Amino acid sequence: MVNLGNDEIVKYPFLAEAGKYLSDKGFSLEQFGTDPDLKKIVENAFERIITASEGRIFKSDFSSNNSALPMEIFSFLIAVILLKLSGMNTLIRRFSLAEARRAEKFLEKDLMNYQDATKTKLSLQILKELFSVTVEKSDKGFTILVRDYLKHSINFYEREWKLINRKVVNGKVHLTPHETVRLVRKELDRHIYTKINSSSSPDMIIGFETYVDKLKQLAKKFEVKTVESKEFPPCIKHAIEVLEKGENLPHSGRFMLATFLLNKGQTVGQIAPLFKNAPDYNPKVTIYQLNQLSGISGTTEYKCPSCEKVKSQNLCFPVPACDTIINPLQFGRKRV
Amino acid sequence: MNTKDVTFLEDTFKKFYFEHFDLLHVPDNPNQREFGYQKFNGGMNRHISLKSDKDLHLLLMQNKPSDVYCSNARYMFPNLPMAEKDWQNAEIIFDIDAKDLRKEYPKDNTLIKCSDCNEISSLNKSCPNCQSTKLSFTTLTCNDCIKSTKDEVVKLNQILTDDLGIDQQNIKIFFSGNEGFHIYVSKSEYDDVGSKERAEIADYIMFRGSIPETFGFRKFNMNKSSLPKFEDVGWGGRLAKHLYGTKSNRPKILQEVLSGGYTLFQKRLEDFRDSIGIKIDPNVTQDIHRIFRLPGSINSKSGLTKIFVEDLKKFDPYVDACFIDDEEVEVVTNCPIEFSLKKKKFGPFNNEQVSVPKFAAVYMMCKGIASSV
Repeated sequence: MVNLGNDEIVKYPFLAEAGKYLSDKGFSLEQFGTDPDLKKIVENAFERIITASEGRIFKSDFSSNNSALPMEIFSFLIAVILLKLSGMNTLIRRFSLAEARRAEKFLEKDLMNYQDATKTKLSLQILKELFSVTVEKSDKGFTILVRDYLKHSINFYEREWKLINRKVVNGKVHLTPHETVRLVRKELDRHIYTKINSSSSPDMIIGFETYVDKLKQLAKKFEVKTVESKEFPPCIKHAIEVLEKGENLPHSGRFMLATFLLNKGQTVGQIAPLFKNAPDYNPKVTIYQLNQLSGISGTTEYKCPSCEKVKSQNLCFPVPACDTIINPLQFGRKRV
Repeated sequence: MNTKDVTFLEDTFKKFYFEHFDLLHVPDNPNQREFGYQKFNGGMNRHISLKSDKDLHLLLMQNKPSDVYCSNARYMFPNLPMAEKDWQNAEIIFDIDAKDLRKEYPKDNTLIKCSDCNEISSLNKSCPNCQSTKLSFTTLTCNDCIKSTKDEVVKLNQILTDDLGIDQQNIKIFFSGNEGFHIYVSKSEYDDVGSKERAEIADYIMFRGSIPETFGFRKFNMNKSSLPKFEDVGWGGRLAKHLYGTKSNRPKILQEVLSGGYTLFQKRLEDFRDSIGIKIDPNVTQDIHRIFRLPGSINSKSGLTKIFVEDLKKFDPYVDACFIDDEEVEVVTNCPIEFSLKKKKFGPFNNEQVSVPKFAAVYMMCKGIASSV
């Protein structure tokens, strides 16, 4: 495992073993609830969560970390305890994403630290050990194996991350330091989230109650309610029109239409007649295939393909309402 | 297909297999592969496990299949249902088929079958007999179609080696047995990548989803020098060659591109997909549970054999993949166009009984335009 000094733990506090770190420094959790000298840390931790919940990145105060009380590290660890005590998953999600973005900034800076080669080495080591990504330095940036790149890039919806939009030479993808780190944001987020979620929940600590209550109140703010219109997205309307005219809808179009309707709750019996006009219509085959897609025959229930996929299959006929969705199933869904 | 034709084809295929066991082998790690086969007029039998060439030969003799398949994937338990197979890895396979390359059917090599009255005729927009537009299209031997698929294979090979870093020795080309090629990439670092990643590789190869920024075209602060150059590696260089044609053309075309603006360039990139993207079937590449026609087996769509291609340039599928013997047989056929096999021309036949070599009879029966007498 990566060997970390205090200043590295400040940047990447999620790499520290929380309980061990506290006890190594001679503290117990209870002290933070009662010791007035440590109250500032709990307030900082609370602030750290609030900042994260607002989608901002917590600003680090490095000056305090050379003191006997590395505030930055403690505030992270206590924030995790507060989150666990609140049990509010939505806050844990927001917190881990914000912490991932914070760590990303440091990783990027360290990767580009040409004066101090140990910093670059350490960040490359973090990428390798945490995310199994071997990054190599090249003349103008960094390279990563296509296979490793794809493992991460497939989580992005933005087109710039598609392999076709990358410089690919001899099995390697060329990236800037920023892109290298951005590539693992999701995994970084997941790593932090999993670490928080898998840590044991302590009993309520005296002095933490007010903060925990406030967090519970705060989480309510993020509850999302949605309404959905009954209108089909244009790609689905088009597919139905093609079939109604008796024209040939390609396999990918039939797959999209069937999975869309199945995912919307329609039954195989309701969907099958739609394909009646297809030039190669065969009722037996249609029912067989719909049963497969619905998971009735097999074990997999197929999902409606993403807008990206639909677009690449030339089945997309976007209208302005499509601008904010990434899957046809989301069409007409609005937050209230 | 009628029973008589089925028996004829089954016996012919069985004879071929019996005489050509040397062509039919299980792939490496056979006990980790899923095998499957189809019988004439029958459904697919999948989830079969075979351990050796002997097992395979026995399956061919006992079942007289029309088509034989094997997974590119390796599983812990290949004979269990899909969800329980425990997928380990899979070679990447690319499928280049003439049907995906053409914008329209080749006039001299295509016939139509009417779904309403079963009339077979040369290429037409509607059935000359009943005017129905419910038609199915069948292409017969077509050298131009094979030439275009070969060109795509060469282009694909270049991307696989230059861009994706695949060792040439690990790329193997097979004629599919009908009108295309299967390109296998084995023992590569891509063996264990999943379906989504393979879809991305397919998009890369097909030049799908590119954005102007990738080629230096920005909405603002546009700089001419950032646009692709001839000497660029990967798609940049390929795009430059296609876009400018010659180096001397570059300044003129650059001016056109710049004055056209961002949206027009985006549109151009989408159009280039058809001209410079490699026309593979993406569904094949991204499917990690598919079973593929087994090399050495006959394709029942043509009677030709799926075989390894050693020299793509010299390879002539209508000679080199045609293994059925030339014993004369009588068939009734309605083949309004000419086709050529083993350097011999056949047809056109107008609903008549003819005596032809067995390989030509099998070919026409597999294409659904002849019946045994």
